[in-house]
Amino acid sequence: MPGQLKGALFSAAVMLVLAVPILGIQITTEGSSVSLVGELHYAFIAAGLVFVFKLLERPLSTLLGMTHAANLLPSADRMATYRPAILTVLIVLAFIWPFTASRGAVDVATLALIYVMLGLGLNIVVGFAGLLDLGYVAFYAVGAYSYALLTEYFGLSFWISLPIGAGLAALFGFVLGFPVLRLRGDYLAIVTLGFGEIIRLLLNNWDELTGGPDGIGNIPKPTLFGLEFTRTAKADGNIPFHEFFGLEYSGTYRVIFLYLLALLLVLFTLFVINRLIRMPVGRAWEALREDEIASRSLGLNPTNIKLSAFTLGASFGGMAGCFFAARQGFINPESFTFIESAIVLAIVVLGGMGSQIGVILAALALTVLPELARQFEEYRMLVFGLVMVLMMIWRPQGLLPSKRPRMELPT
Amino acid sequence: MSALLSVRDLGMRFGGLLAVDGVSFDVNSGQVVSIIGPNGAGKTTVFNCISGFYRPTSGQVSLLGKTISGLPGHKVARHGLVRTFQNVRLFRTMTVVENLLVAQHSRVDTNLLTGMLKTRAYRAKEAAAMERAGFWLDQVGLREVANREAGNLAYGQQRRLEIARCMVTGPRLVMLDEPAAGLNPNETRELDELILLLRAEHDVSVLLIEHDMKLVMEISDHIVVIDQGRPLAEGTAAEIRNNPDVIKAYLGES
Ligand SMILES: Nc1ncnc2c1ncn2[C@@H]1O[C@H](COP(=O)(O)OP(=O)(O)O)[C@@H](O)[C@H]1O
Ligand SMILES: [Mg+2]
Repeated sequence: MPGQLKGALFSAAVMLVLAVPILGIQITTEGSSVSLVGELHYAFIAAGLVFVFKLLERPLSTLLGMTHAANLLPSADRMATYRPAILTVLIVLAFIWPFTASRGAVDVATLALIYVMLGLGLNIVVGFAGLLDLGYVAFYAVGAYSYALLTEYFGLSFWISLPIGAGLAALFGFVLGFPVLRLRGDYLAIVTLGFGEIIRLLLNNWDELTGGPDGIGNIPKPTLFGLEFTRTAKADGNIPFHEFFGLEYSGTYRVIFLYLLALLLVLFTLFVINRLIRMPVGRAWEALREDEIASRSLGLNPTNIKLSAFTLGASFGGMAGCFFAARQGFINPESFTFIESAIVLAIVVLGGMGSQIGVILAALALTVLPELARQFEEYRMLVFGLVMVLMMIWRPQGLLPSKRPRMELPT
Repeated sequence: MSALLSVRDLGMRFGGLLAVDGVSFDVNSGQVVSIIGPNGAGKTTVFNCISGFYRPTSGQVSLLGKTISGLPGHKVARHGLVRTFQNVRLFRTMTVVENLLVAQHSRVDTNLLTGMLKTRAYRAKEAAAMERAGFWLDQVGLREVANREAGNLAYGQQRRLEIARCMVTGPRLVMLDEPAAGLNPNETRELDELILLLRAEHDVSVLLIEHDMKLVMEISDHIVVIDQGRPLAEGTAAEIRNNPDVIKAYLGES
């Protein structure tokens, strides 16, 4: 019975997480405060229903002589055939949604998408390669400062800085990883933790280059094929987006554009990672995580393979950082503290290591929920810790644990 | 002509313990050579020294005249020298066929860009790897369980998968550490046939550690006996069977 209670509670919690954003919640921004408009109680009713149903599922079905609910779902095979269709619908919805939602909600969603990118990137390192990296924020910072500095000193655009920022983050990952990846897991965690702090301190103290604690401001927003989203064009001879299309100026266009851009970057990330895990390197990551000695005995070079995971993960961190700098328009070292690494790691662990859908859901939950519960801000870390502890007790494998897709031998 | 594998005066010290001391032997092309000796004699340690998992404290190991002692394990493997482990070490959560694909890592196209773009050359190499995996699954009779998780196989199947995993790398020499341990007499006989097949048809030499004397005597061209880290005797099955030192070591003082 306690097992069923646990299951029911867990399902209810999942329902709550899913239902809050879905069941008509709108976030409105008034000045600096974010408030909720909508019927939060629907989400609670839904969660309550799920709880009661899950609790009574077994006794009810035996009572009524029904087949178990699981058998009513389509079989795994049929789910697999629906998968592309479901995915397409979800992606289309994600593209349409910002045009129907409030500006504040779209803005929060954009932030959530940044964390999705970070979560997916760290998932390569922690989830697939099994390397505990506690300094992932360093690569995020490298990406952000790359764009900020490249545009400040060389006037490079966002689109050119994006690959450069990702590349620089990858380079940092490579340079750090090369000596460090020979270390065993716990040492690796400590060294990466230190690396994250070093980068932050460097940014904080190298005043001439980074502006120190004051950071860098006036970072230009991304453009759409050269069209700016400002009221008047900044560059000479440029016309802003709204004039080009003959629209009234509205800040909403920019917010939506940033959201769509983040969505595209997330889709790109997903595409790349989905290829990677089906490639030899993806198999090698899993093999190495399973048994390093056996891997070596077959000619796999552990350092190189770990390095590839570390570097690739870092590059996605850098990409997210670039976008972050462009969205904020202002960055300083405060945005790149250890707590960010911890949150991204929590996203990976909560989502289920190696599970991309899980990581996406966890990233959405961990960024959207705190925005909704601003009034409980002081308790944020407390709740965060509590959730992690409870997860470790009840579901150490994460929300939606999943396996790397299998290569099949046709029979 | 130099031997395929030549081990000279190998020594391995762990702190105060001299686990291997002055072991020398050769494996020629196409031979099955066995290392026997009581538990704790240092047989596995010899394997670990040859395969690059330990750096021997003295002596030399060379493959076709090239020194390989001191190289890291993955480099030794790339020279065509692969091994199994006394306690089976499969990638347990991966499927059977994936175990064989991972083993071909140094043969497939690991370039990230071509893989991302699925170029023709990349796909051809992946297909070839899959085909080789299929071939070896047939050889060891595991095709029906190809898409099952390796950790769920029966013990005997896991042992055979480990051997197949060595073979897909296209080795010159496979080193099997007690492959018959825990097998029933039927499975042991199949193993016997498999080892002979490897030698006869796949141009591979075998270095074997084994306690099953019947198996050893039947298939070995050459036998090396180690006792307490030191070489005790060396020769053909018949010579070893009649060697008074070996009889004494195995049967105790009598
Ligand atoms: N890594 C190690 N550290 C310390 N002692 C070891 C190590 N590996 C093996 N030994 C010791 O070396 C001796 C030989 O072991 P081993 O080679 O496993 O014997 P065998 O395989 O012949 O049964 C044993 O006494 C064992 O305890
Ligand atoms: Mg042994």
